Amino acid sequence: MRIGTVKENYGADAALFDTRVQRGWLVVLAVALVLLPFVSGQYVSYLACLVLINVASTTGLNILTGFTGLVSLGQAAFMGVGAYIVALLEMKVGTPFILNLLLAGLGAALVGMVVGLPSLRVKGLYLAIATIAASVILHFVFANWTEVTGGVSGLTMPPATLFGMELNQPGEVYWIIMPVTVLLLFGAANLFRTRIGRAFIAIRDRDISAEVLGIDLLRYKLLSFAISSFYAGVAGGLWAYFFRVITPESFPLMMSIFFLAAVIVGGMGSILGGILGAIFMTMVPEVLKMLVGVVTPFWPEAVAVLSPVRIMVFGGLIIFFLIFEPEGLAEIWRKIRRFFHLWPFKT
Amino acid sequence: MHTQEVTQDSLAVGQGTTEGNVLSVEGVSLSFGGVHALRDVSFSVKEGSITSVIGPNGAGKTSLFNSISGFYKPSAGEVRFLGESVNGVPAPERARRGMARTFQNIALFKGMTVLDNIKLGRHAHLKTNALDALFYMGRARREEMELRAEIEERIIDFLEIDHIRKQSVAALSYGLQKRVELARALAMQPKILLLDEPVAGMNREETEDMARFILDVREEWGVTVLMVEHDMGLVMDLSDHVVCLNFGQMITQGLPKEVQAHPDVISAYLGSGDVAALRRQFKEGKGA
Ligand SMILES: Nc1ncnc2c1ncn2[C@@H]1O[C@H](COP(=O)(O)OP(=O)(O)OP(=O)(O)O)[C@@H](O)[C@H]1O
Ligand SMILES: [Mg+2]
Repeated sequence: MRIGTVKENYGADAALFDTRVQRGWLVVLAVALVLLPFVSGQYVSYLACLVLINVASTTGLNILTGFTGLVSLGQAAFMGVGAYIVALLEMKVGTPFILNLLLAGLGAALVGMVVGLPSLRVKGLYLAIATIAASVILHFVFANWTEVTGGVSGLTMPPATLFGMELNQPGEVYWIIMPVTVLLLFGAANLFRTRIGRAFIAIRDRDISAEVLGIDLLRYKLLSFAISSFYAGVAGGLWAYFFRVITPESFPLMMSIFFLAAVIVGGMGSILGGILGAIFMTMVPEVLKMLVGVVTPFWPEAVAVLSPVRIMVFGGLIIFFLIFEPEGLAEIWRKIRRFFHLWPFKT
Repeated sequence: MHTQEVTQDSLAVGQGTTEGNVLSVEGVSLSFGGVHALRDVSFSVKEGSITSVIGPNGAGKTSLFNSISGFYKPSAGEVRFLGESVNGVPAPERARRGMARTFQNIALFKGMTVLDNIKLGRHAHLKTNALDALFYMGRARREEMELRAEIEERIIDFLEIDHIRKQSVAALSYGLQKRVELARALAMQPKILLLDEPVAGMNREETEDMARFILDVREEWGVTVLMVEHDMGLVMDLSDHVVCLNFGQMITQGLPKEVQAHPDVISAYLGSGDVAALRRQFKEGKGA
């Protein structure tokens, strides 16, 4: 049982990870993230990359939807903007990947801000519809601005290079994806230690009284859109380096729904929630696929019979978790932690 | 011309205030469809004073506050703050210039701790931008640390809310929530504090605490206070100046004693059927 912690100063009190145990676990996690591509095969690295890209994008959407209360179904389209920017820079200019990713983020942020303009007037479902409209327009641009985007056949880009080495395999691109995602996560966590993050939450909770505190609603809603789509743009850039073929169909509306589901399942307005939600949404279908694979040798028709079942189980699990804990996986995690902190006493 | 006289006076007296007034409401009218919430209301708030607005339910007191803080756009008239008209000035900018308020039905952010709610009050005076925030270095860290220290030393101690600083506001009693809302308003470094029914729903002890805080805010912080309150005892005890509204119109203003004795005030409360309550409150006010 842990009694409590004593802090020496306000800095320590406001730290992201405040206990020694937490910092210990963080080191373990960091070591695991660094060792992962060395100890695992390409398939696990592939999954890790996919999870990390989704974590980055989900965290971005969480800033907008979970923390600022603005529902968006444009996240995939913003990723698309980032992916196209990276592909074009890589193919036509050949600038270093870090700059390309930054520009992808900034480009997407700009688009996101334009899409966010209606957010001062419309909220909730209406805003969601407005962002769907924006996605449709972006899809149209991707598919029809053929000279730039390559139209429906899309773009095929060269791999990223790091110190002259080409990063082809998942285990190699991982060295771009992992650090960038970790950086984005720290950025998001930091945001909510400052006036910017507090203003977002204030807007979500009561936008009228936020105004009386001197928070300019339009400005902060647009800033939230900008930061959120910056994350999407960078995630899209990572996606581009990972798959290297970008078509208009790479970023369907379904993908935006996927991110929204990840935010909700993980826990709106919790950084940890976004991470857990993205892991859950990416891994559960994979695990179910693996399970089907395991029974196939004994039951040859398993793939045909179980594939639809797999999707239903996935949907069922989402619903189950939402009913079981509407606050999301992050809340379940907190409860587990509390249990162990207070053990052996009952909470 | 009349307007010129006012300008000259404002140059002669006080810093940026007109005739020592922090705030003046000049001929403000406001209507919702057919309802005239405010009709040609004029009064001013002297620097360093505690001014109260009273009136029966639905008299337009909250509407008046909303017009002052910039939520509602009056259909006629002008609100002047620190010697300048703020008619075209949006709410956030009024806040930045030093208008802080609390709400009749408490507008704290339920998803945040007490400390974060109070920190929000300082929002407009902090400089951290998005880039500073993402890296939490330099300015962001420095500002946060300074803000925290100041809130701890000046506000949390002062309002005696040390024990709840880390709690979520949703879990607090009504009285404490009102106190946290006052703390947040103080964090705004206000020039004027608008309090909409600061002691509504409080028990006697909480009311006395709040009365003490309001007086201390004026004495120690030098903040001018404008409040709406139904508790006549509190109004009579604290106010330097009282404004009485009824059906959106100002029926009288003056010293607490004068307003209390004014026949129109009594009949306003009579008309609203509140007279027994009013008498009782007046008595309590004298006793307290
Ligand atoms: N947003 C609004 N839309 C329509 N009518 C409104 C609105 N706000 C206030 N009113 C009306 O304006 C009048 C004044 O209301 P207001 O809330 O200002 O009264 P009040 O003096 O604060 O009353 P109380 O003592 O009950 O708080 C009432 O008739 C009310 O119904
Ligand atoms: Mg009112």
